[in-house]
Amino acid sequence: MIFDFSDYGELLVLVQASVYAGAVLGIVGGLIGVFVMQRDMAFAVHGISELSFAGAAAALLLGANVVLGSVFGSLIAAAIIGLLGARARDRNSIIGVLMPFGLGLGILFLALYPGRSGNKFGLLTGQIVSVDFPQLGLLIGISIAVLVVLLVIWRPLTFDSLDPDVAAARGVPSRTLSLTFMLLLGLTIAVSVQVIGALLVLALLVTPAAAALRLSSSPILVPVLSMVFGFVSAVGGILIAIGSSLPISPFITTISFAIYLVCRVVGMRRVPVRKVESWR
Amino acid sequence: MPAALEIHEGALGFGGRALWSALDLTVEPGEFLAVLGANGSGKTSLLRAILGQQDLDSGTIEVGGRPVRRGDRRIGYIPQQRLVAPGTPLRGRDLVTLGVNGHRFGLPVMSAADRERVDAAITAVGASDYAEQPMGSLSGGEQQRLRVAQATASDPLLLLADEPLTSLDLAHQRGVAELIDRQRHEKETAVVFVTHDVNPVLGMVDRVLYLAQGRFTVGTPEEVLRSEVLSALYGTSVEVLHRDGRVFVAGATDVGHH
Repeated sequence: MIFDFSDYGELLVLVQASVYAGAVLGIVGGLIGVFVMQRDMAFAVHGISELSFAGAAAALLLGANVVLGSVFGSLIAAAIIGLLGARARDRNSIIGVLMPFGLGLGILFLALYPGRSGNKFGLLTGQIVSVDFPQLGLLIGISIAVLVVLLVIWRPLTFDSLDPDVAAARGVPSRTLSLTFMLLLGLTIAVSVQVIGALLVLALLVTPAAAALRLSSSPILVPVLSMVFGFVSAVGGILIAIGSSLPISPFITTISFAIYLVCRVVGMRRVPVRKVESWR
Repeated sequence: MPAALEIHEGALGFGGRALWSALDLTVEPGEFLAVLGANGSGKTSLLRAILGQQDLDSGTIEVGGRPVRRGDRRIGYIPQQRLVAPGTPLRGRDLVTLGVNGHRFGLPVMSAADRERVDAAITAVGASDYAEQPMGSLSGGEQQRLRVAQATASDPLLLLADEPLTSLDLAHQRGVAELIDRQRHEKETAVVFVTHDVNPVLGMVDRVLYLAQGRFTVGTPEEVLRSEVLSALYGTSVEVLHRDGRVFVAGATDVGHH
């Protein structure tokens, strides 16, 4: 039987912390996703998550803290991409090179790991219910730190993302901001890998923002909607998964995808885009 | 009141080739200077130098009496036009807002004063009707009006515009040029206006800086836009034709005029 909600209440108490972690991640992922879209970095998210997976797998093999391993891998990837890939074309080729290498390393570490196989797949496809309490605290702490820094750099980061020439002329420190952003992105991805798995990180870091952008161009509405979508996907996915024998990830990805589909349909009926007069 | 812009003995080269040297230039508050010259003559590099994004090989630049530095917010900047792509999450109003508070760190909460400033700038360029639309859905002329609002919203002392009229039709060229002209008359903003075609602003510019062949000449349009002056500058026979109040430069192979 796939679904069984008979002991739901007791199960919920057991996984309460996981729900909190999912909630915070959904919010942070939705927010940072807005910038992922603005800076056209969906591919970078995927690339970083594979190195984050490699880091986590290495930690598993060495008996170290898996979350820290994941953070370590993430930050190395984010730093490489941030330092070498200032221009989009360079960036994509660097990511294309890093990604299979990271995934291969991770698979190697997992193959060498003698422990239970459940942990192995968890890193690729999600395992939050099996993350223990101190680690959950770490995940929540990282997410909140990312949230705070993101809010503080919100305006200059938007300026730099959408209007870089004028931002530079106005003294916005482009390089510092983009490295800071990569750092925040790396941290968020490391957390996501723990919750939803390396292969599915995009469902929390890209899909909610992409869905929000189908509905609005407002600088307030887009992040708010994106946060709500991320939150609903993450928490909804976890709550449904508790009553089932299936992993969490497919529920999160399906909810997130369904929201996107709905937004696309609703977005098509939005105020028809004003007739664009020829600009010549 | 110090000069809005003062360049002393400025020299800048690129790949071993001098773009210009021994450039002495003073732009007073409220003055409209057009920078002309062929592609690759160093017009955009001059703007980059004034923005502090490129160091001079020698010489000094002062903006409003202070040495040039990167990110001087007393300068307004209209970049070379790139249309905002459709689907970009940025409305006209947001673009102008970024010009007012986009550099500020801290919680992204907008003050009432900033909001008023943004509203006033949008009204001043006549963009109220479409400021709430996504930038990507606006025409080139509308986008450029909003760029003027963005660059002037914080009342700069110096306005730098890099080919702001490129790819606009004649009516929009006229409209955008008039907005810039009005800004300098009403707010005493000095304007440095880089263009490959002087005609849309011919009746407005006070002086012309013409860059060519690693040399330059400065003066009123009447002084500079003459066959013998430009021939001497280019070192080859150049003919300047005046027709119906418009100016055409012909003869120099690298002259970018139509």
